[in-house]
Amino acid sequence: MAKVFVFLEGNNQDLKKGSLELLTAAKASGREVVAGLVGPGVKALAPKAAHYGAQTTFVCDAAELGHYNPETFTDAVTAMVKDSGADVVLASSSVLARDLFPRVAARLDSGVASDCTILKLDGGTVTVRKPLYSGKCTAEVEFVNSPVKIVLMRPNQLPVGQPDAAATAQTKDFPAPAASGKIKTKDLVKGSSSKTDLAEANIIVAGGRGMGSAENFKQLEDLANALGATVGASRAVADAGWVPHSMQVGQTGKTVAPSLYIAFGISGAIQHLAGMSGSKVIVAVNKDGDAPIFQKATYGLVGDLFELAPKLTEEFKKALHK
Amino acid sequence: MRIFVCLKQVPDTETRIQIKTDKSGIEESGVKWVMNPYDEYAVEEALKLRDAKGGGQVTVMSVGPKSRVTDSLRTAMAMGADDGIVIDSAGEQVDTFMAAKALSEAIKKEGAFDLVLTGRHAIDDNAASVPQILGELLNIPHVTVVSKITAGESMLVEREIEGGAREIFEVTGPCVLAANKGLNTPRYASLPGIMKAKKKPLKEMTLADAGVSSAQMKTRLKDFQLPPDKPAVKMLSGDAGAQAKELVRLLMEEAKVL
Ligand SMILES: Cc1cc2nc3c(=O)[nH]c(=O)nc-3n(C[C@H](O)[C@H](O)[C@H](O)COP(=O)(O)OP(=O)(O)OC[C@H]3O[C@@H](n4cnc5c(N)ncnc54)[C@H](O)[C@@H]3O)c2cc1C
Repeated sequence: MAKVFVFLEGNNQDLKKGSLELLTAAKASGREVVAGLVGPGVKALAPKAAHYGAQTTFVCDAAELGHYNPETFTDAVTAMVKDSGADVVLASSSVLARDLFPRVAARLDSGVASDCTILKLDGGTVTVRKPLYSGKCTAEVEFVNSPVKIVLMRPNQLPVGQPDAAATAQTKDFPAPAASGKIKTKDLVKGSSSKTDLAEANIIVAGGRGMGSAENFKQLEDLANALGATVGASRAVADAGWVPHSMQVGQTGKTVAPSLYIAFGISGAIQHLAGMSGSKVIVAVNKDGDAPIFQKATYGLVGDLFELAPKLTEEFKKALHK
Repeated sequence: MRIFVCLKQVPDTETRIQIKTDKSGIEESGVKWVMNPYDEYAVEEALKLRDAKGGGQVTVMSVGPKSRVTDSLRTAMAMGADDGIVIDSAGEQVDTFMAAKALSEAIKKEGAFDLVLTGRHAIDDNAASVPQILGELLNIPHVTVVSKITAGESMLVEREIEGGAREIFEVTGPCVLAANKGLNTPRYASLPGIMKAKKKPLKEMTLADAGVSSAQMKTRLKDFQLPPDKPAVKMLSGDAGAQAKELVRLLMEEAKVL
């Protein structure tokens, strides 16, 4: 039977949502599903992988893989893919996977399709599409001369199936690869936010120049907390130093595709839209009814954000925390 | 210090994208081409590193149709790069593997080097793959999304990851680094710079000279489509309280995203 290899990522005790989406798609394809996990303690996630469809889980569980290292991770994952015999590899378009898989692809003399938003996988074929030119068009990425077809999917594009708590998987241990020493991971500096990263967030609340000041972002944080959302920003705001650049959404910031994107005081410049027009539902809050953002929005609220934001926080709290 | 900077030319973001009738790609007439914005950070960093060392050679290179990518190479030379290499794709579709292969072969022909710089991704296809494939083909390490480089005996390289966190790598020997925004502020080309750039050496190669043919292509873009039309925006009415209530209702009952 044809096989599919799914690269999984987890945080704490859970697999990331993007990983669960891919396991669900893999299971539904009718292929044999082999999952791969790399990092110290990842063995604890293997049962979870089984619940969502993995029939075999490969683990490379070693202390020295605690920090990402492009060299050792490439070695580890290449070994897993080869061992699995899969001709299709799925991974989430995460910061780590986007760095890792093009190199894995080159080592396997194969191609990689990154940042895909549509995946059709069955027992024999894989078809993917991705946005191009900042979302102004899309195209199919066809694999040619590619023994292994590596697909990196944007998170939040596919459904997550019901877990089957009775399902179990075989696990197979892989040794930690030897490092050449040419590249060493020295340190990991924690970021300002412990929230889900923008690129993977299911709900984003973003503020633009209309927020007026750094202090006013507190209002968006309150709203985000009520929704379990991550806060983002326009470039105008990041450049003004009101928020760190890591929060910037757009062509020169993060590309995001949440289920819900709420924009406060953002005009909707093409470079901002480039980063978020893939969102499923877009809500625009702006005092200017002619702001371009309304052309991309699902729902539009015209008014002063300083009145609307607290009201929305109140209503979300009422609706979601009954 | 010998540094290579790999550039790509992309349509300016403001450009309207139209699809060819056979859906094989975009209509290129009328497109304004610019240097990929992230590549500007790569050029700037190369110039800074060269000048901090008190000398060296910054070579800019690009794979693409010679007639237009030469412009971006000249722009980089006007900023201060020493010379250029254009690998003419003459209208052929070139995937990330072919581009990386051509660049790696051109670099190997040039001899020893210290560093290869690129942008973190090109804003046209957002593949973010060439730097890593280049690293693999040259058998040297890579770091992507680079926001800080400290050069010394070895190099300390910061990479931005989730939530503003940063991974810090120590790299020994040559490597490929892919520049993120925030690495530096790219300079503008000065008028004397632009004049000088016209006389700087520019080598020309074909894909075949670099040992690359379309038989090596691994991914082909096809069936280009414009995104489906979005349904018109639903504008809410009433005072702030009423709009807020209505939005929450719509998100829960109509859009079902909460
Ligand atoms: C090469 C390049 C790359 C770029 N990359 C990015 C990028 O990655 N991301 C990005 O965002 N931008 C990017 N930009 C910048 C972009 O062009 C815009 O300048 C920027 O997005 C504007 O930010 P803004 O919408 O917050 O501000 P503005 O355009 O100033 O809009 C502010 C909005 O707030 C509204 N407003 C003001 N007060 C209130 C209030 N009290 N209540 C409600 N509404 C209010 C106003 O009506 C207005 O619509 C880039 C530009 C270039 C040239």
